[in-house]
Amino acid sequence: MNDIGIQPAALAPADFKSAIKPIWCPGCGDYSVLSSITKALAMIGRPPHEVAIVSGIGCSSRIPAYTSCYGFHGVHGRALAAATGLKLARPDLTVLVTGGDGDGYSIGGNHFLHACRRNVDMTYIVMDNHVYGMTKGQPSPTTEPDWDSKLAPGGTKIRVFHPLVVALAAGANFVARAFSGDPNGTAALIAQAIRHPGFSFVEVLSPCVTFRPEQRDWKTQVHASPVEETDDPVRAARRVMTDDGFNIGVLYAGNRAPYSPERRTPPAAVAELEAEFRV
Amino acid sequence: MSIDVPQTLEAFMAQALAMEHEAMQRYAELADVMETHNNREVAELFRKMSAIENRHAAQIMAEMGWKEPPPASAPAWEGFEAAETIAPDDVHYLMRPWHALQLALRAEERAERFFGRLAQAATVDSVRKAALELQQEEREHVELVRAWLAKVPQPEPDWAVDPDPPRYDE
Repeated sequence: MNDIGIQPAALAPADFKSAIKPIWCPGCGDYSVLSSITKALAMIGRPPHEVAIVSGIGCSSRIPAYTSCYGFHGVHGRALAAATGLKLARPDLTVLVTGGDGDGYSIGGNHFLHACRRNVDMTYIVMDNHVYGMTKGQPSPTTEPDWDSKLAPGGTKIRVFHPLVVALAAGANFVARAFSGDPNGTAALIAQAIRHPGFSFVEVLSPCVTFRPEQRDWKTQVHASPVEETDDPVRAARRVMTDDGFNIGVLYAGNRAPYSPERRTPPAAVAELEAEFRV
Repeated sequence: MSIDVPQTLEAFMAQALAMEHEAMQRYAELADVMETHNNREVAELFRKMSAIENRHAAQIMAEMGWKEPPPASAPAWEGFEAAETIAPDDVHYLMRPWHALQLALRAEERAERFFGRLAQAATVDSVRKAALELQQEEREHVELVRAWLAKVPQPEPDWAVDPDPPRYDE
């Protein structure tokens, strides 16, 4: 209730959508993920001006423009760095980071490790389609070694990057996997990730129907029932090391306190600030 | 697949309402997709379907005397999405109205089967009666879409051929 006694109307997913229409390929999983993000934000109930969405480069990194929240479409692979700075400067904001597997695990791989380790209170949503879609289908860190394409004849023969294992080992406080073909389940998982303190990582299997049309079959491969949530890192590690890549649900929800540096009163004058750096 | 039957008429109708809302939203999303890809004919058709689903939702609200949709509870769909919702990856940027109506027809047929199974599995009389009524409504929708489809020309064999395709991988 506000200070003149009016109960604000509940927020709807449409309140978080901008007037800009997505330009993804028809059938792209990212449409559903966008819908899940707006549903999750409506569930959280914070108005758009209290939410910031930060991204890097790639198809899925276009998401900030499609929402009515504050947005920052940053440099390739550097979304987590920008978001970390934003959250530390403005801890009152709900900060989401969105991107793809190439942006997050290759170009931004180093930032991914340290964002997990730092455990700043924000939510990282990676739409993983195992390919660089925007640049026309090059193999990404999560591409299967035997995926044969004109750009990688015979496949890369390189072992895949396992983001959930890495996130858990590096210290992420919440690790989950969702599927874009399950938009309601994905929305609930994202809402849970936002509410969970610390760095929350949600990997969303989001098919690229243009360069990986075989990923349409994911809807028959993803296990319908979510896994049982655990706060035991050993159990979670065993689970993510042995799963087939199609389990969905919260794989780990830990209890580590988020990183939150002590906030100092900013200096009143520039001279005071300069004095701090004088040698 | 087992089916989770609501135990009260209100819970059942809330689920039916959620189903109409999901279908309405998906049709609107697909209309946007088609508009973006300059397929205006199909965009308009999806927009019409969205408006029709919206009317169905309004009918449920009026029948139940609801001013606002009831608080969302986890709907018991048989798959990831409601029976009447078109899968987002079933579309093509060059699809013709005939394809769009085929998708709508399949969605209505799924909805009819869904309510039929619910009616069979229901243990509460009011829920069974409502499920049978909704099954009948969905059957009528199936016939309406079939009639619509009969008036729409079948696509040309080369409907998906694009002399300047957006995808190049070499």
